[in-house]
Amino acid sequence: MSVTVVEGKNIVRDYHVGGGLFRPSRTVHAVKGVSFSVDKGKTLAIVGESGCGKSTLARIITLVDPATSGELFIDGKKVDIARDGLSKEMRRKVQIVFQNPYGSLNPRQKIGDVLGEPLLINTDSTAGERRDLAMKMLKKVGLGPEHYNRYPHMFSGGQRQRIAIARALMLNPSLLVLDEPVSALDLSVQAQVLNLLADLQDEFQLTYVFISHDLSVVRYIADDVMVMYFGEAVEYGSRDEVFADPKHSYTRTLFAATPRADVASIKARLAKKKAA
Amino acid sequence: MPLLEMKNLTVSFDTAAGPFMAVQGIDLSVEPREVLAIVGESGSGKSVAMLAVMGLLPNTATVRADRMAFDGIDLLKLGPSERRKIVGKDISMIFQEPVASLNPCFTVGFQIEEVLRFHMGMDRAQRRARAIELMKLVGIADPEERLGSFPHQMSGGQCQRVMIAIAIACNPKLLIADEPTTALDVTIQKQILDLLVGLQAKYGMGLIMITHNMGVVAETADRVIVQYKGRKMEEADVLSLFESPKSNYTRALLSALPENAVGDRLPTVSDMLFEPAPSVVAARSAGGTAT
Repeated sequence: MSVTVVEGKNIVRDYHVGGGLFRPSRTVHAVKGVSFSVDKGKTLAIVGESGCGKSTLARIITLVDPATSGELFIDGKKVDIARDGLSKEMRRKVQIVFQNPYGSLNPRQKIGDVLGEPLLINTDSTAGERRDLAMKMLKKVGLGPEHYNRYPHMFSGGQRQRIAIARALMLNPSLLVLDEPVSALDLSVQAQVLNLLADLQDEFQLTYVFISHDLSVVRYIADDVMVMYFGEAVEYGSRDEVFADPKHSYTRTLFAATPRADVASIKARLAKKKAA
Repeated sequence: MPLLEMKNLTVSFDTAAGPFMAVQGIDLSVEPREVLAIVGESGSGKSVAMLAVMGLLPNTATVRADRMAFDGIDLLKLGPSERRKIVGKDISMIFQEPVASLNPCFTVGFQIEEVLRFHMGMDRAQRRARAIELMKLVGIADPEERLGSFPHQMSGGQCQRVMIAIAIACNPKLLIADEPTTALDVTIQKQILDLLVGLQAKYGMGLIMITHNMGVVAETADRVIVQYKGRKMEEADVLSLFESPKSNYTRALLSALPENAVGDRLPTVSDMLFEPAPSVVAARSAGGTAT
């Protein structure tokens, strides 16, 4: 039987933008009642353009921001950080990987310390244990023990994203939120990181919430797809359903905007150009 | 006569560990009215080669070439002041990060008019009229109002449109676009690509599109150069590149496209570069036709 790891019911998030001397304050509805659920070992992809509320939703799922209203369940337990705060145990369960691997690593922290820090804060492990776990994790993400004492600037973009993934996995989370993890990477490096994510998912039975605006990546990695547009989930279904038969006009716009790299569409374009 | 012609271009940077060769003997030519795409991953020297054409490389760089000519003018023999008359007027460039390449301290109107003042010697009224015309051309609503906006008041897509307006202000013969859509969403990317290709066709410019996105290449280019580690791996027209790629590296790049994935794993470039497996090629063509 499948276990639901994360479930959201009618999640709403409003931001109040303070007014100035001549401007009244107003409310931005960033997320307007979104519901979803993800089973263990599955991947939910959230797609949408910038400003559609997908990163706000990611912040709510990662327990960074509380939702204005609606219910969030993680591992079947209701979480309300606005009322109850956040326990260490909850913090361990959900981790996030950010878009820009250059911005998300402290330039003055060695990689070993980057990986050891979550353990230092959240567990009582000794320095030796932390070191061993960090070494093991480095190997898991395809780096070596020789990288332990290096600084972030000594790594390429793809390697840094591996480090960010390793850091997220240090506490054995059950849910990993990936906020555009490959959109800053080159095509070939992107493929390596996607493979790594797939391997790790198989090994640890991880659940992913994968945020992206690249439909070809989503099609490759996702089990379920949610399309967001101006704070609403306009389309939500299994990958094959959404890709085979997009219902909402915005989803169709998205599909039409994705560049196609197959021979037939190049032929069509060249023919059109010749005719013009 | 080609619009831009480069023979055996080499760019090296002086580093603490000795010279680093960013570009190693690239031949390249662009015909008038042609869209050339240069593809490669970061570090392949695709941007550096174009910055060498523009003369925008730092002092630590050494540019050598057997020939580097634009529209019949030998760029290697030009002094800096003569070169400045060409760069920005006849050759112009659009950069990757639109928000970072505009000056945050000046309005976009000022930045568009600056080019017109420097290269075209227009007076204030002419400049303003032309700036409004350009803003309309690149599809910014309310041009009169928006001329007074600062870059931070505009979205990424709008900033990129302003960059394009600046680049085409003096009707250049050659436009170089360095990853013009990498920082943008797919829907905005589509709009910007359509705009660029539309302008290219309308004004008969040569267009060099630098990118690492094979989709962008497929949607825009006539001819493609694939570059890897400063060397040219392949040059072909766009159809034959996608239909029958000749070099292993191109095959690897194409198979790393997520839409071409077969089974659970994506083949990566390093998987394939040193051991070309026929099965992967077969898999790619099967995956390619399925999409």
